[in-house]
Amino acid sequence: MPSLLKKSEWFKRMNANEINEKLKSGFPEAVVEFKADAVTEPYIVVRPESVRDIAKFLASDPELKFDYLMSLSGVDFNDGNIGVVYHLFSMEKRHRIVVKAKVSKENPEMPSVESVWKSANWHEREAFDLFGIVFKDHPDLRRILLPDDWEGYPLRKDYKVQEYYRGMKVPY
Amino acid sequence: MAELRTEEMVLNMGPQHPSTHGVLRVELVVDGEVVVDAVPHIGYLHRCFEKHAEAMNYQQIVPYCDRMDYLASMNNDHAYVLGVEKLLNIQVPERVEYIRVIMAELQRIASHLVAVGTYGLDIGAFTPFLFCFRDREMILDLFENVCGARLLYNYMWPGGLSHDLTPGFIEKTKAFIKHFRPTIKELNDLLSYNEIFVKRTANVGVLPADVAINYAASGPTLRGSGVKWDLRKDDPYSVYHKFDWDVVVGTGEVGTLGDCWDRYMVRVREMEQSLRIIEQALDTIPDGDVQAAIPKRIRPVAGEVYVRSETPRGELGYYIISDGGQKPFRVKARAPSFVNLSLLPEISRGYLIADLVAIIGSVDIVLGDVDR
Amino acid sequence: MHNFITQYLGTGFLGGLLSAVLPLLFILPYALVTIWLELKISAHMQDRVGPMRTGKWHGWAQPIADVTKLIQKEDIIPAAADKALYLLAPALVFTGAYAAYAAIPFSPAYIGADINLGIFYIVAVSAIVVLGILMAGWSSNNKWSLLGAMRTAAQLVSYEIPSSLAILAVVMVAGSFNLNDICAAQSGWFWNWFVFGKFPFLFITFIIYFIASLAETNRAPFDIPEAESELVAGYHTEYSGMRFAFFYLAEYGNMFVVAGVAAALFFGGWNSPFGVYLSGPVWGAFWMISKAMVLVFVQIWLRWTLPRFRVDQLMYLSWKILTPFALVNIFAVGLWVVLR
Repeated sequence: MPSLLKKSEWFKRMNANEINEKLKSGFPEAVVEFKADAVTEPYIVVRPESVRDIAKFLASDPELKFDYLMSLSGVDFNDGNIGVVYHLFSMEKRHRIVVKAKVSKENPEMPSVESVWKSANWHEREAFDLFGIVFKDHPDLRRILLPDDWEGYPLRKDYKVQEYYRGMKVPY
Repeated sequence: MAELRTEEMVLNMGPQHPSTHGVLRVELVVDGEVVVDAVPHIGYLHRCFEKHAEAMNYQQIVPYCDRMDYLASMNNDHAYVLGVEKLLNIQVPERVEYIRVIMAELQRIASHLVAVGTYGLDIGAFTPFLFCFRDREMILDLFENVCGARLLYNYMWPGGLSHDLTPGFIEKTKAFIKHFRPTIKELNDLLSYNEIFVKRTANVGVLPADVAINYAASGPTLRGSGVKWDLRKDDPYSVYHKFDWDVVVGTGEVGTLGDCWDRYMVRVREMEQSLRIIEQALDTIPDGDVQAAIPKRIRPVAGEVYVRSETPRGELGYYIISDGGQKPFRVKARAPSFVNLSLLPEISRGYLIADLVAIIGSVDIVLGDVDR
Repeated sequence: MHNFITQYLGTGFLGGLLSAVLPLLFILPYALVTIWLELKISAHMQDRVGPMRTGKWHGWAQPIADVTKLIQKEDIIPAAADKALYLLAPALVFTGAYAAYAAIPFSPAYIGADINLGIFYIVAVSAIVVLGILMAGWSSNNKWSLLGAMRTAAQLVSYEIPSSLAILAVVMVAGSFNLNDICAAQSGWFWNWFVFGKFPFLFITFIIYFIASLAETNRAPFDIPEAESELVAGYHTEYSGMRFAFFYLAEYGNMFVVAGVAAALFFGGWNSPFGVYLSGPVWGAFWMISKAMVLVFVQIWLRWTLPRFRVDQLMYLSWKILTPFALVNIFAVGLWVVLR
């Protein structure tokens, strides 16, 4: 069991700026953008191809220790890009950060972080299912919520629902 | 002697099976009765809440949140309205938060009663199930009294509540607490410490703490592994910080830490803590209005927020992106049951089919929450 | 009664038929009453009232309505089933339960077949049930049914041993396999009953027999062959209508058989608890059925109180607890009988 800090030690947690600096020092090329003044939550945008390396770094660095992947959401940014948003949390250090990675709609490929956080397994399948993002090296990349033979990726903004699914009319 | 090799059998458990708690299908590879592998297949109840949400304005989404985890609608609404309010950057009246906490905790008890009762059913004890439902019925009566609905309430709105408390609600709730406390002991006598029940659930489905965290488990599933982690205490929201209560964790007192019995017992003990919170909230509830002055049409500034709250099943997160319009750009629900269910294969290998039933029950999934 | 029948109708076809049908006339009303009792008892244990409308008075007609419904239902045979075995299985299961009634002494004047090896016959004929259940599970061609049937086979075979050993202890004390003789050996006031009179030997034997008999009837906490929450309904998952009703009837029939045997072996059978008072053929039937029904009630009581065992725990209980205890017990009883 990881040793959890007491409330009085919470001040030790890092804020988003420090996390960003730390990440930048490790991956100078990979960090694309950092928005500290974003409304409600600061986030870091990284290059999609280095997501797994960054994930490994974030999870294993003794000062960061992001061991808890709260959520992994696919997002259609509606500018020709779709992407993945990682909400990370450290059970030990009690700090959190939002990491984003954008890929083009035409070639939505990025590495899987399943090997770092097991919870990413189903989240990535869901993002694949609803957004069509292909996660490389994912152990079991199948549709999860929709039927296996469904056409299209419903949560993309340009999604057109299919006319018929196995002889049943879909739009009602 | 040459080693005998027997053929493994693939067994479909569900989607219509008495103890998968809904339309979950688990593809089992069994060797005799020993589970070699278990692959959950989900999606039978998928309604694409997230797609719906993009077509609604912020208030209209609340009823959809109700329908995700239909056993804990109040908690779902609570998380969502907290998110919208954070996005709007408004402060709701204190009375609203008190009422929300009371409702959320009553809902937690109701939900845990279903979880505990059906768990007894999974193990083969029928009677505790009906005792639990009898008490849950009283909570539903309280909800009906205050908002007219018994299951899907649409009670918490961004900026406030649909109604104030009805007259007599506080007294009725106190009467319920007075009735309910002794029945927890009754439940423990009948089920929790029953020799057969302990034998069936102790040392079964052991989930070590580090695996639980790696799988991002939350709620009683995580606490059952001994991790003292409750968002109400550790990432405080609403007015939970004003109350005096304890986080319940698994102790491994009858078996291994993190087994089914621990997860079960965390739920039972949490009900007592919820009673404590409700009692304090009822005693100190301030007067005031239950609607913050917010415009009819909500237009948050462009931005995004991830709020999480502790539902009976664990961490429910809403990731809401606003583009400044009346409708959210994207709403992602991080459902606790979805994440918790994903660790089922990890903890069910090598146990018997009968144990698998116990394990599924102890993770306490609601398929409306898993499939959304 | 049996003598009466044979006297007037002879031991020919007609007499034999009437003798054979008589227990059926008992089983059917008994099963209906017990189903209703189970509905009401479980309801009241669970803070409910149970059926209240059918037949006006406390829903007394509910089992009749249930049976009527079952008779009217379509008899579904799965396409992939082994048809002959599938159709035969319920009949065989019921036969096993029914045949045992022949040797149960309902009253000093009525026992279907007053054979010298009565109790031995009951043990033997009850084993047919296993065969029927195995057939049902196998022929349904359903994996859940098959698992249920396998569990049943393992369970019944295992529990036959402690229950037979327990019965043997009583036989050693009474010195007879004939149930009528065993009952007669316990005549007098209720402290002459084996369970009290031969305390503590036969009291322990009774506990062993009762636990084993629960397992033999597939009742909770040993209902793993049909464990609803695990195996859907076990071996009778695929059955519907009348055939399902047969399994149902056989289960309730079996409950009475084991309760009746326990009553005869340990509670004096048809003996009145008050010595010569309230005894006689008719009172005898009353006492026998009452004692058995009390035990049936205990079975129902346990079912609605206890959770279910797991397969391996069930086997553990049988082979590592009940069987050794029964063996030690039989040794002790034997010693006591010899030294008496």
